[in-house]
Amino acid sequence: MNLHEYQAKSLFRDYGLPVSKSEIIFSESDIDGAVSNLNVNKFVVKAQVHAGGRGKAGGVILTESIKEVREFCQKWLGKNMVTYQTDSKGQPVSCILLEECTDIERELYLGLVIDRSSKSIAVIASPDGGVDIESVAENNPEKIFKVFLNSSNEIQEEEIKKISDGLELNQSQYIEFSELIKNLVKLFTEKDFALIEINPLVVNTEGKLNCLDGKINVDGNALYRQEALSKMRDISQEDKLELEASKWGLNYVTLDGSVGCMVNGAGLAMGTMDIIKLYGGFPANFLDVGGAVNRESVTEAFKIIVSDSKVKSILINIFGGIVRCDVVAEGIVSAIQDVGIEIPVVVRLKGNNAEVAKDILEESRLNIFSELDLSLAAKKVVELSK
Amino acid sequence: MSILINNETLAICQGFTGSQATLHCSQAIEYGTNIVGGVTPGKAGQVHLDRPVFDKVSQAVEETGADTSLIFVPAPFCKNSINDALDSGIKLIIVITEGIPTLDMLYLKAKADEMEVRIIGPNCPGLITPGEAKLGIMPAEIHSKGKIGIVSRSGTLTYEAVDQTTQTGLGQSSCVGIGGDPIPGSSFIDILEMFEKDTETEGIVMVGEIGGTAEEEAAEFIQEKISKPVVSYIAGVSAPPGKRMGHAGAIISGGKGTAEDKFKALEKAGVRIVKSPAEIGKAILEEIS
Repeated sequence: MNLHEYQAKSLFRDYGLPVSKSEIIFSESDIDGAVSNLNVNKFVVKAQVHAGGRGKAGGVILTESIKEVREFCQKWLGKNMVTYQTDSKGQPVSCILLEECTDIERELYLGLVIDRSSKSIAVIASPDGGVDIESVAENNPEKIFKVFLNSSNEIQEEEIKKISDGLELNQSQYIEFSELIKNLVKLFTEKDFALIEINPLVVNTEGKLNCLDGKINVDGNALYRQEALSKMRDISQEDKLELEASKWGLNYVTLDGSVGCMVNGAGLAMGTMDIIKLYGGFPANFLDVGGAVNRESVTEAFKIIVSDSKVKSILINIFGGIVRCDVVAEGIVSAIQDVGIEIPVVVRLKGNNAEVAKDILEESRLNIFSELDLSLAAKKVVELSK
Repeated sequence: MSILINNETLAICQGFTGSQATLHCSQAIEYGTNIVGGVTPGKAGQVHLDRPVFDKVSQAVEETGADTSLIFVPAPFCKNSINDALDSGIKLIIVITEGIPTLDMLYLKAKADEMEVRIIGPNCPGLITPGEAKLGIMPAEIHSKGKIGIVSRSGTLTYEAVDQTTQTGLGQSSCVGIGGDPIPGSSFIDILEMFEKDTETEGIVMVGEIGGTAEEEAAEFIQEKISKPVVSYIAGVSAPPGKRMGHAGAIISGGKGTAEDKFKALEKAGVRIVKSPAEIGKAILEEIS
């Protein structure tokens, strides 16, 4: 689960990390109060969306004019922002963060992530932070360094020293940084983060550190014990169909193609998409119906698949292990009748009682093609999608 | 021989009296697996599936001599259950449970490594040595005793590989689902090393998926240390970047973890790669004949 920058900064504040004074604007009526509460001469105004690349998309301005703050808010509130990280529709702007402007001396990059290879928390840092960090990674990878933490819940002095030296901080900044990184690790572990990125972490003209941005991804598996973070979830930033699917325990991801897929198991669901592509078709979605394949789950899955008007044919690929294929076949037949599916459906049921299942599907007289062989099923569904 | 489990394995089940555990333990017992008891806190003294129930793993180990534990405990309680197994002398812990927080696994993996205890999973279908023992949720009837070792990050895709190796008559020595989470208890490398040493295994099927670099690391290991033929399929060529594809670990982030990169690394290491999940059986048959 992703958090907005303003939410990240409120957590930073709770954990004693340096952030600028700020106010949140949810609607135009908040503007005047926010400006007067902040009481500064120069503002940074930042639209809040779950996507990077906001600056380059016009979603961040620096200004001394209250009029410009107002115009910016009017321009973005209730609108979608398209950045190089979003799709062509963009993401809705949830609210606007109004901050005191910081005079920047130097921009650094600081991130924490769970590193799979070393099975540890990795600190990733660079003395060359800022909007061009991706080109630094590309052209000067030696400017980005990693320190793998020895312990899974705290950072040791020599690790702090190594990072501070890498960031080219002076003695007084080192003392400040030491406090900052200890608190950051504490925040990361106490709140079950998967990723935290501060880009830029700046040294201001007074030589002090300040977290100018914050990107946080929370481990979805840990939300049951992170009640406060769960409440920060902003569903306006999520795909509507994916959200609807998750209510029914279905794992669904929208893609661009014309072949709808319904599969049990995440790996097999990806494998099914791959084989459709291999035979010249384009998958319209990833959909894992999970372990309990029954009439209800299949019905909901059908509804979600056909709500995408690009879908021209559907491939159902179920490996019946614990569930019997004939039971699944009966579920598919009733679901097709209930939902009123008119486009062709190719069904490949493998495993327990597959032959009986094939008979049930063929006797239904519906627009169903039953096929035991995965390659043939994929070829058939691709042909029907054209 | 085989790897990890055989007909001498003495296993208990944690979360024994739950509905999933009951279903899969009944099937395991029917398959001939030595499930000697189970653990459900608060239900000590009861008898379930004709086996004794204990409050703690240490009591179960003392009474039954179990060396292996199969865990079905819900994710919020799993850290305690795995800890209990680690502290009680269990040597092999198989975690079926999906949804364990990553930081819990980070802690448990470090502890297990220190204690030299093997964890398989979490978020996995478990293990089977056909004809000997089954500790997991896989359908028994698609397996046949034979010479192919199978290791995979996915459940139903493993069944696909199993079914195809059964159809070609090769059969399986052992099948291991290492699970779809970012921090698995065992890696491809751990299992590949065991298959290399196992005299019964003549060829290996490795099924990977997008996300992380476990397949790339395995490719390097195969090139240096594996003499047996390896066939590999990687799921997710058509997966978009930045989207989690069902499994917590299956995500392409920052351009890293794509199926193309993994195929490339494996091919370079001399692994026979297949681009269709329907061609795994045929490929391994060709490689070992």
